[in-house]
Amino acid sequence: MFTPHTPQEIEEMLKVIGVDSVEDLFAKVPEKYRFPDLDLPEAMTEMEIAQELNEISSANATTDDFISFLGAGAYRHYIPAAVDMILRRGEFYTAYTPYQPEVSQGTLQAIFEFQSLMTELTGMDVSNASHYDGATAAAEAANLAYHFFRGKRKKILVSRSVNPQYRETIRTYMQGLENVKVLGDDINDEKLSELEAFLAQIDNDTALVVVQYPDFFGRIIDYTKLVEIAHTQGALVAFAFNPTALGILKPPGEFDADIAVGDGQPLGIPLSFGGPYLGIFTIKDKFVRKLAGRLVGETVDTEGKRAYVLTLTAREQHIRREKSTSNICTNQGLMALAATVYLSVLGKNGFKQVSNLCYQKAHYAAEQISALEGFELAFPDQAFFHEFVIKTPQPVNEINLHLQDHWFLGGYDLAHDYPELENHMLIAVTEMISKQDIDDFVAVLAEVTND
Amino acid sequence: MKTPKELRYAKTDEWIKVEGDEGTIGISDYAQDQLSDVVYVELMVEEGDSVSKGDTLATVESVKAAADVNFPASGTIIAINEDLADAPEILNSDPYEAGWMVKIKLDDPSEVDDLFDADAYEAYNQEREG
Repeated sequence: MFTPHTPQEIEEMLKVIGVDSVEDLFAKVPEKYRFPDLDLPEAMTEMEIAQELNEISSANATTDDFISFLGAGAYRHYIPAAVDMILRRGEFYTAYTPYQPEVSQGTLQAIFEFQSLMTELTGMDVSNASHYDGATAAAEAANLAYHFFRGKRKKILVSRSVNPQYRETIRTYMQGLENVKVLGDDINDEKLSELEAFLAQIDNDTALVVVQYPDFFGRIIDYTKLVEIAHTQGALVAFAFNPTALGILKPPGEFDADIAVGDGQPLGIPLSFGGPYLGIFTIKDKFVRKLAGRLVGETVDTEGKRAYVLTLTAREQHIRREKSTSNICTNQGLMALAATVYLSVLGKNGFKQVSNLCYQKAHYAAEQISALEGFELAFPDQAFFHEFVIKTPQPVNEINLHLQDHWFLGGYDLAHDYPELENHMLIAVTEMISKQDIDDFVAVLAEVTND
Repeated sequence: MKTPKELRYAKTDEWIKVEGDEGTIGISDYAQDQLSDVVYVELMVEEGDSVSKGDTLATVESVKAAADVNFPASGTIIAINEDLADAPEILNSDPYEAGWMVKIKLDDPSEVDDLFDADAYEAYNQEREG
C-alpha cells in the first residue's frame, strides 16, 4: 500500500490524536471487517488485463447490435463522422469553460454559435451555454420562474405527460425552496379528456406551467390555449421540447412560450449508457437577468476586431452568491459543441430531412403495428412525431424478451411510470430504422400473438 | 465624494431623506463609486408593499458586482423610480437626486435617528478606506 507519510510522521500524528497505533483508529470497526484478507487473483500484465476486459465486455450488447425501437427521452440518430473528429481536437477537448475564458476565443465562439443555433431552432430570444441535460434544464426553468416572481407565486404546475424523470428532477430542485408546491401528478391530463382539469389548476399563484412538446407519449399537442390561459393568470410557460421535432414543428417561441428547454442528446450525441447529455435552455428577452448559466456575447476588442466574452456574469452565483437564480454556472461545453457541429454539418435542409424521416417512418410503423391483431394505438386520433403508444395483448416486458431473441429492442414499458398504462408500449422510430427493419419487427410481433 | 448634510445614512450605504412622515431612499455616492458602472437595478418591492427596516429594497448590478440595497427604515411604499429600469446609470451620475429609488410613508420618522448623520458617515467611510 502506498502511503505518503514516513513512520516518523505517523508516530507524531498518533501522538497528537492520543492513540498508540494505527490499528487503534479502526477499533470501532467490528473485528471481522477489519483488515480483511482480500482473495485476489495473481497480478496480470496490461496485455492480459486488456484481453480479459474485452472478453467480459463482449457479453454486453448495445444499440449497435440491436435494431432499437426504444426512445422515451433518449434517441438513436445517425452521427456524422465530422462531429467526433472536431470534438476530439485537443483545442476543444474539455468539458469546461476555461477559467480565463476570454483567452479561449475559439471555445467562446463555439458556444456563441451554439447559442445562435438554439435560438434559431426554438424561436426564442436568448440561449445560455447549456445545462447538464433535459431534466436539469427543466428544473432550472422552475428555478427561474420562482425567482422571477421573487417567491411570491408558489405553484409549479407540471403536466403528467412530461417525462417522469424531468418531473422528478424538478421536485428535487424545488424541495429546498420555501412553500413551493410542485403540482400536476394527480391530474391524469395524459388522458386528453382531463386537460381541462389541468388548465383549471392555473391561477394567479402559479409561477410556471411545464408541458412537453411533443409530449412523453410522442403526441403533438396544440398548446395555444394553455399558453393563453397561463398568461392571462400572469404565469410563465415552459416547453420541454425534442430538438429533432423542431425540424418540422412550429417552434415554442411561436407559441409565445416564456422558456423552452430540451435535451440536446438527439443532436449528434451518442446514447452512451445515459450520458453525458446536453441541457438546452432558452428564454424570451425579458428573463435574461434571471437566466442561470454561462452566456457568451459578441463584441469588439480595442482594435475593433470581433471578439467573444462571457457576458451578464453578475447574474451568476460566483458574484451574486445566494441571490442568484441557480448555484450552477457550469455548462456542458463539449456536448454543446457536438450539437453545434451536428446541426452545422446537416444544415437547415438536412436537419429538416432527418426530422421528416423520423416522422414518416414512425407513422409507417404505427400503421403496420396497429394493423396486427391484439395491437392498437392508444391515442388513435392524436397527431404524433416519432414516438407513439401501442396497447399490447401481453405485458410489455414479456413481449420485449421475445423481441430480444430476434435482436430487436422493443419499446418502453409505460407501466413503469403510469400504473394505469399496463400493457402499453412507447415505440420510437428514428431515421436509423429502415422500412425492412419495421417489417421484420412487425413480423416478430405477430409471432408473439400467435404463440 | 459628496455627502449631503440633510440626509441620513445607513451602515450599508443607503441614504434617506425625511420630509414630514415621508422618506426618499437611494444609495450613497460612496456606494455607487464602490460598485462602479451600474448596469441593472432590480427593485424587489411594489407600490403599496409594507416593508421593515433591513428588508431588501433592490439588487444593484454593476459590471463587477451585485449588491443588495436594504431599507434603512420601516414603512409603506408610496412611489418607485421607474426611470431606473431603463437608465440604471443615473445611480452613478446622480445618486442623490435623479437616482432616488423609492419613497415610503414612514411608520415612525424617529426611526432614522439611529442612522449616521453626514459627518458620522464620512468618518465611517474614511475609516473603511483605512
